[in-house]
Amino acid sequence: MVPLSWYLGLSALLFTIGAVGVFIKRNAITIFLCIELMLNAVNLSFVSLSGFFGDVGGQLFVFIVMTVAAAEAAVGLAIIISIFRNRESLNVDEVDSLKL
Amino acid sequence: MQAEKALFIVFAVIAVASALNILLQRNPLYSALSLIGTLLALSALYVMLRGQFIAALQIVVYAGAIMVLFVFVIMLLNQPKDQPQIEKQKGLRYLAIPLAGLMIAEMFYVLRPIHLSTLPADQSVGTTWSIGTALFTDYLLPFEVTSVLILMAVVGAMVLARREGD
Repeated sequence: MVPLSWYLGLSALLFTIGAVGVFIKRNAITIFLCIELMLNAVNLSFVSLSGFFGDVGGQLFVFIVMTVAAAEAAVGLAIIISIFRNRESLNVDEVDSLKL
Repeated sequence: MQAEKALFIVFAVIAVASALNILLQRNPLYSALSLIGTLLALSALYVMLRGQFIAALQIVVYAGAIMVLFVFVIMLLNQPKDQPQIEKQKGLRYLAIPLAGLMIAEMFYVLRPIHLSTLPADQSVGTTWSIGTALFTDYLLPFEVTSVLILMAVVGAMVLARREGD
């Protein structure tokens, strides 16, 4: 059998890749994709703990996380569209009006 | 049980390679397609963890619906390629690598004492029946709150993406 720590290690690795992406990428949509990657990494650890402890609660939490991710994607992409309409750019370093 | 370990390694390598490809690609469309690769590999791992329902949901909802939304928006915006690369906070780029190293070290520190390696004999955890039963009894309130959240997201997205003056 595959040990639990392998699954958790893979989950941590994917989360780290997503976090690094949020730091080094400047395109708003790519940053969004990296956030989705981090959500999925957390989902993997939820499902693996749920499987190893025989508790269905973790998988229900993944269900809720997926719903929240869908809502977040809809609202976030709408915000990105309206930023693009106003600035003609997706670079997050150009959207710094609040940084006074 | 070596076959299961081999399968895990295959899907883990696919997941990590596509995740790294998200960072390496310059075009966001290719990044989105690599994320779909990661999602599919993760859904295979969910099947190995007896999360069959979640695995199907991952493909239908995540890879099917959410990623189509992303790809649609990327194609709608169609950002011109010849934009100047403005980067105001170059320091962040050099901060990212030590941060990643720190998180990996933390992972090794936390995971070393975990020795659990066998799934329980109870086969009924990830089935549609068990998830549906729990969802509509113990977790009914979160489920209903989720539907309100989706409604708010739909209204919010329409208000935000609307053109001025419509």
